[in-house]
Amino acid sequence: MGKNLVFLPIVAVVIAIQLLTAWTGTIYYLTQLTMSAYYSLLIVGLCVVMGYAGQISIGHAGFFAIGGYLSAALTTRNLIPHADFLLVRLLNSLGCLQAGQDVYGDPLLVFTPWVACIIAILTTLIVAFILGVPVLKLKGHYLAMATLGFGIIIYRIVLASAYFGEADGISGVPGFMLVPGLLVSGDKAWRVPNYYIAWSVLLLAILLLRQLIDSRVGRALRAIHGSPEAAEAMGVDIATYKLKTFMLSAVFSALAGVLLTHYNGGIGPSEASVMKSVRYVAIVAVGGMANLWGALAMGMLLNFLSLRGLFGSYDDAVFGLILITIMLFAPNGILGLQLGRIWQGLPYFLRKKPVTKGVND
Amino acid sequence: MKKMLGKTVCAFVAACLLSAPSVWAENIKVGALLAVTGPASFLGGPEARTLEMMVEQVNAKGGINGQKVELLVKDTAGNPEKAISFAKQLLEEDKVLAVLGPSSSGETMSIKKIFEDAKTPLISCAAAEVIVNPLASWVFKTPQNDSLAAIKIFMEMNKQGISKVAVLVDNSGFGKAGKEQLEKIAPEYKIEVVEAEVYDTKATDLSAVIAKIKANPAVQGVINWSIVPAQSIVVKNIRQAGWQVPIFQSHGFGNIKYVEAAGAAAEGVIFPAGRLLMADLLPDGHPQKALLMQYVKDYEGKYKETASTFGGHGYDAFMIFEKAVAIGGNDKEKVRTSIEGLKNLPGTGGVYNFSATDHNGLALDAFEMMTVKDGKFVPYTSK
Amino acid sequence: MTTELFIQYLVAGVTYGSIYAIVAIGFNIIYNTTGIINFAQGEFVMLGGMLSITFLHYLPLPLAITLAVLVTMGIGAAIEMLFIRWLKDPGVLRMIIITIGLSILIREAALHVWGSNVRALPYFFGNEISTFAIFGARVSPQVLWVIGTCGLMVVALNIFFQATSIGREMRACAANRVAALLCGIDTRNMVTLSFVLSAGIGALAGAVMSPITYTQYDNGTGLAIKGFTVAILGGLGNSLGAVAAGLLLGIIEAFSVSVVPLAFQDAIAISILLIILFVRPYGLFGSSAMAGLKEF
Repeated sequence: MGKNLVFLPIVAVVIAIQLLTAWTGTIYYLTQLTMSAYYSLLIVGLCVVMGYAGQISIGHAGFFAIGGYLSAALTTRNLIPHADFLLVRLLNSLGCLQAGQDVYGDPLLVFTPWVACIIAILTTLIVAFILGVPVLKLKGHYLAMATLGFGIIIYRIVLASAYFGEADGISGVPGFMLVPGLLVSGDKAWRVPNYYIAWSVLLLAILLLRQLIDSRVGRALRAIHGSPEAAEAMGVDIATYKLKTFMLSAVFSALAGVLLTHYNGGIGPSEASVMKSVRYVAIVAVGGMANLWGALAMGMLLNFLSLRGLFGSYDDAVFGLILITIMLFAPNGILGLQLGRIWQGLPYFLRKKPVTKGVND
Repeated sequence: MKKMLGKTVCAFVAACLLSAPSVWAENIKVGALLAVTGPASFLGGPEARTLEMMVEQVNAKGGINGQKVELLVKDTAGNPEKAISFAKQLLEEDKVLAVLGPSSSGETMSIKKIFEDAKTPLISCAAAEVIVNPLASWVFKTPQNDSLAAIKIFMEMNKQGISKVAVLVDNSGFGKAGKEQLEKIAPEYKIEVVEAEVYDTKATDLSAVIAKIKANPAVQGVINWSIVPAQSIVVKNIRQAGWQVPIFQSHGFGNIKYVEAAGAAAEGVIFPAGRLLMADLLPDGHPQKALLMQYVKDYEGKYKETASTFGGHGYDAFMIFEKAVAIGGNDKEKVRTSIEGLKNLPGTGGVYNFSATDHNGLALDAFEMMTVKDGKFVPYTSK
Repeated sequence: MTTELFIQYLVAGVTYGSIYAIVAIGFNIIYNTTGIINFAQGEFVMLGGMLSITFLHYLPLPLAITLAVLVTMGIGAAIEMLFIRWLKDPGVLRMIIITIGLSILIREAALHVWGSNVRALPYFFGNEISTFAIFGARVSPQVLWVIGTCGLMVVALNIFFQATSIGREMRACAANRVAALLCGIDTRNMVTLSFVLSAGIGALAGAVMSPITYTQYDNGTGLAIKGFTVAILGGLGNSLGAVAAGLLLGIIEAFSVSVVPLAFQDAIAISILLIILFVRPYGLFGSSAMAGLKEF
């Protein structure tokens, strides 16, 4: 339990920021902070895949899109034309569907957000499993190609299907009532609760990831400094470990997609683009690859600045520049670099951190 | 760990301070959400430059009702999630009077509700009909309805006796909306769509798909509905295949760059367009003439690039905003009702007649049929 | 399907295929000497097109293209010297990320230099509509330029690697870097040379295909993805494999138009490639033994 005490200061900071914005009348910052928290949810998952399991993935935006697009489509696409089908009637009698009104005021029969969310997550699990089993056997460039290819396939599918709104994406996605009185929605009135919903999900995810990293296999992998061959030789089942990590991070990405889509009230094809996947890889790299806290910090900071439009028309260029600079001069991440120097001067007891695994091996 | 947390907090505080809104009490603040970069930059770029030029001109003349205009352009890069974030920023932090843009219909639809809730006028530069139908009381748009362009094309086809067509569209929001309208309206004009294909906005060669369509003997005419450079490739590949079929394009062809790219293949292409492309050919008394000539001269003089109808959408958005503020003053509700009261207002896209039920204000006469002759746009006259 | 239609698809497929193959060969040259996949390869193609169009304002066409190729070669050399040369044994992951970053930077720079407008070189012979007939199918002469140039490049590269001493030294680097170093070959200069060579090839391809495909600041990304796919499919480092895989992919794409909607073409093409990759993880024309020796 003691090792989880580290969450306390983070929770304190999260609450402090909310109180600060309320006090200074700048509650609008919470919009971008909430959005950034959801992107960070994807990023911490990817961090474990890349940093701890040693697998690059240039396709995680694909999982985000599966989550976001499925929940958006299921909660907006009208089932009334198919109302006579047995399956639809069955779903309706099971309470999986809800009635509503479309933009023209016509009646609408759609999935409830909870059911849509569960379908989206299950789909992601299946896709991640089918993709993960063969993909994780690949190495290096072949692995990069396969994940990139997966991302492109998802992007092409959402861009080509009328069901997913083609280039326009899907808008008019309703709020997601998690429990009565707790709605995931971008409405002004729900801003503070949504900030806390996003952070609760994010911190729970990190807690789970830390369990996985500290599991027997995770420890074994780190103990032998990430050498897969040595681990195999010692009888460590790294294939299962990799697959588990991959699937868990895919689910986090999809969950981020689901929640952010309900928060934004829509999703567009840009969320599935290769550039998004590259951006996530960039942020994990800047955070220091095998550094969950670095990924969290950089995920929050860079997404927040980008969503506030601070980089203007140079948004992509800034990310390109960050990628190169960090990889050239600080391959262990920006925090790794500076803290490394500070650590040299600190007494021993402050330094007994696990050594972060470099990307060179 | 604490160091890291501290650093994060510091970074957030710094970021918050950096982006804190500035306070300009007396100015009229207008926001703009435009895809200045990214895949839709050929729309957002000219729109942003047009807005900047017009704001400069208005301020040089002393502003609107004596108040200076402050323009805040946000580059969405065509991403709906950025449009949402920026829209909330403009509304809550910068407290703008109105927002112009976005450039694409997907972005506009994703922020429509935000503007309804915030009771702030949004004047979109995107064409899709669904933006103003169903009517949203705070959302307007300047480009002509896609259905009008489709009707114009079909009317011309009826004259030429073409009844079976192939439809090619790009996979942008513009192409998507076009395909919907063409397939919806075609039966009214007794036209049958026998082939329909969607190509990627980044397509580099379409000779295979052209060969497929050409192999269908029923096709009497081709409609290519697109707003990206790839539409020139379609035209080129059709003519390279030695296929002398009549080619119709959408109003998205209204950029001379596309004609240049297609070269000799563009000759004889027929398409509907706003009058911006034929400003100098309009009769002197035409209500749009003076304004179009002035805009083209100003824009081309300032930016050394050819004016396009896309920049014109930005022009119209700002002009409508300016007129409405001149009437209603610095007040959101009054701006909204003033826009709805604007009648016989010439713009680059046509003569606008807004009402409480029509938030586009343009009719079929906003389009003229045009063609390409010797590498230039000229008015088309039916044979 | 009529013969005419068949030939038309085939010509379209061979055209796409030659373009993909030449980008893939660019990947392979660098991969062979360094073990790096240079994700900025597509940007060399874009630069070749953009620079020739710019130089055409001042120079006749052949000179403009030559100068554009030379300048791009210079950029290739500069990239290697600034970003790659001094890194000590960088890992695969790190190099993938650095070259992706470079590709983004070059693309964004091109956007701010040339704007987002589409540009094109004029047709080398005739114009946009001139064609000749092969078995009833119509083919633009520029298509022959593309296919011819790509073919010549493959032949010239083969001669270079087999018959010249520099070429042999580069192959020695590819086979075993340490052994090459021990034999007195300056492996570092060989790496620079491989960047120069692949930049030049990319730029030349970019110029020749510009009249057909047009050039825009963000053309490179799509080409790089296709080229990378083809390089992997042909077996990394295997240039003849790349030609075969490129033609195969191009022809599949062209013929797929007759069966599936164009909009899903890419999704289907890449799905097929992924399946091939899973079944033969070392590529269609690579050998598992060779792949085992490489460190990836």
